[in-house]
Amino acid sequence: MALKTGASFLRLNALRQTVRLLSTHTRPEVQNGGKTGDFPGAKAAYVTQMKFLNENSYDPIPIYRVMENNGEIIDKHEEPSIENEKLIEMYKTMVQLNQMDKILYESQRQGRISFYMTNYGEEGVHLGSSAALSPQDLVFAQYRELGVLLHRGMTVTELINQCYGNCEDPGKGRQMPVHYGSSQRNIVSISSPLATQMPQAVGAAYAFKRQPNNDRVVICYFGEGAASEGDAHAAFNFAATLDCPVIFFCRNNGYAISTPSSEQYRGDGIGARGPALGLHTIRVDGTDTLAVYNAVSSARQLALQNKPVLIEAMCYRVGHHSTSDDSSAYRPLEEIEKWNKDESPLSKFKAYLERKGLWDDEADKAFQKEARSIVLKTMQESEKKKKPHWKEMLEDVYYEMPEHIQKQMKEMENHLKKFGEHYPLNQYQSE
Amino acid sequence: MASLVTKNFGLLTRFAKTVSNGSQRLSSHFIYYPDNEKPVEGEMAKMNMMQAINNAMDITLKQDSSAVLFGEDVGFGGVFRCALGLQEKYGKDRVFNTPLCEQGIAGFAIGLATAGATAIAEIQFADYIFPAFDQLVNEAAKYRYRSGGQFDCGGLTVRAPCAAVGHGGLYHSQSPEAFFAHAAGLRVVVPRGPIAAKGLLLSCLRSRDPCVFLEPKILYRSATEDVPVEDYTLPLGQAQLLREGSEATLIGWGTQLHVLLEVADLAKDKLGVSCDVIDLQSILPWDQETVCNSVKKTGRCLISHEAPLTSGFGAELAATIQNECFLHLEAPVSRVAGWDAPFPHVFEPVYLPDRWRCYSALTQLLDY
Repeated sequence: MALKTGASFLRLNALRQTVRLLSTHTRPEVQNGGKTGDFPGAKAAYVTQMKFLNENSYDPIPIYRVMENNGEIIDKHEEPSIENEKLIEMYKTMVQLNQMDKILYESQRQGRISFYMTNYGEEGVHLGSSAALSPQDLVFAQYRELGVLLHRGMTVTELINQCYGNCEDPGKGRQMPVHYGSSQRNIVSISSPLATQMPQAVGAAYAFKRQPNNDRVVICYFGEGAASEGDAHAAFNFAATLDCPVIFFCRNNGYAISTPSSEQYRGDGIGARGPALGLHTIRVDGTDTLAVYNAVSSARQLALQNKPVLIEAMCYRVGHHSTSDDSSAYRPLEEIEKWNKDESPLSKFKAYLERKGLWDDEADKAFQKEARSIVLKTMQESEKKKKPHWKEMLEDVYYEMPEHIQKQMKEMENHLKKFGEHYPLNQYQSE
Repeated sequence: MASLVTKNFGLLTRFAKTVSNGSQRLSSHFIYYPDNEKPVEGEMAKMNMMQAINNAMDITLKQDSSAVLFGEDVGFGGVFRCALGLQEKYGKDRVFNTPLCEQGIAGFAIGLATAGATAIAEIQFADYIFPAFDQLVNEAAKYRYRSGGQFDCGGLTVRAPCAAVGHGGLYHSQSPEAFFAHAAGLRVVVPRGPIAAKGLLLSCLRSRDPCVFLEPKILYRSATEDVPVEDYTLPLGQAQLLREGSEATLIGWGTQLHVLLEVADLAKDKLGVSCDVIDLQSILPWDQETVCNSVKKTGRCLISHEAPLTSGFGAELAATIQNECFLHLEAPVSRVAGWDAPFPHVFEPVYLPDRWRCYSALTQLLDY
């Protein structure tokens, strides 16, 4: 294994030199007697040789790994010291996440919930990052971070209530499934518009920074597709110029619905944008839970010094984009299979635990069964609960209900008195 | 000799008229009607609208340690000087420049407010608020609702200079209030002068809902009033009846209110007709009661705004008025607005719904 890695590394290096020799776009040599420009916009050396830079001018940012696919630690110094109990908890959460995904995905197929998005292939990203944070840190998520929410202590019941939009959903049934949120767990409610949470995370981090003896950071998750939004650029730039305690965590899973990353950007992924905008940046193997853990732990320390960080976690979206998507329409099954089998963050982490003697197949089977039954039981209960009272439709638009909305509520009330039989009123709570 | 004096006097008058026409074309399509009432007792100081806004922000920064003020070029006092001296007074971490990016400013402001801070965000011109439209409409307006009240960004106020300024052309003249009036969850407010600006801005900054505060930039320096030095607020969601009359109701906001006050005077002088003049102040949520009570009394209504006619906020008012006051209306509700064109540079005098267009519409309304 080690030999194989070494060989491919040599090949990569040789390739890079070829690219460099052929390319006219490498970095120009500085040969000008040490003269530097003093422009306000940039402090840099003058050169007398004209050369354009392009994506090949810099080496690609390397991908940080801690363990091999078989769970073996590559460099002992890099193994994080996580307590055994915590490691087991992390793995269990991954399994719970997987079971939730499986059952809720199926339940959408059966028409029991309206929509769902799975997290397959990104479990390591969720657990590695969440485990490295403090529960006080504020999370701004995109929508594919359920493992973070579970690890934070959101219960299967709370999450499934949200998917059903029943009377116990803290979001009061107003948003589509998977748009979770919990003020108690410091998880800001998810919204559908992509990347909008990014500059918001920076603003929240700025507010934290102004607190005396601040010990909180903000983490903001987003996909590589969302990183193309203008809000992503705004967020990176604001975080850097305003020195905010924020960690940007990019899940680069190769696809934004059907769009491959080759059609999303031409540079060196999302990571390359970090140094360009003044962010501390690292690229990690997102299927390696320990690598993610280490990166986020260190990022948190930097962020606490008001140095914003960008982490690009390379992974693969094993599942469909959502229940409204059939990904076989735009990618080969073999590709999915490869990432599902050889590069599964779940089996890598399990292998690591097994090497440490913390887990085995028997424990795995037993917990899978337990996790599955928790989800099934919760679903049966959540399904039976009524939806919130229809009047919740008009609450919380403002802090206090303004007169015109009160009038509209009265209007609907009168309407339902006459025409109530045409509405599914028995599904909602009554007064 | 006498005739010479008269002649000279005539020449002087003509000269003065030419000058005033020239300056009118450039800056003044209205006469400013200062407020005479005192919202609170106590010490007063002469302030223009820029100073009144500065004063409101000063009070907020002093009282509320979580409050921060930011935007493009805010650090040195702002291009309209509204933030003058505040960075020196409160420090760079409370009053600061942001990168030049409106969606970033709005998103950053929402995040601050979500974390419990008071965020005073400045968009340099209301014309440039559209890159922040997504953040304001999809995010700020819906934060409390979509989270079931778990999160909100009520501490957010976005200030933006708006409306005509004499020579602003397409992108320094717009009045975007109607775009935001369609976003349930936002409050949209436009003051007509210094006293209103201070009281309403302080209300916005303390409101538990996100507010868009649009400041008619032509009033920053041209409008001066005796403004209470002390802290005071004016209620959001309430219109103000400024003039009482019986024949018609004139409704406007911002600079246009002064045009309507002049039209009311013209109507009084030329036609002997008295009008209710209402400053709507809050565009969303707006004060149906004051408006409808007035129209029920007068039976005639003219609404005027600088923004284009089609789907301007006047349409919302007119539709509600015909619904609520149908049996009291003596004539169709009249709307005098900017034309349905982008806001032009050299054509500004013929684009704006000025006193003569409003007066003409009022005469037709009275003759109906």
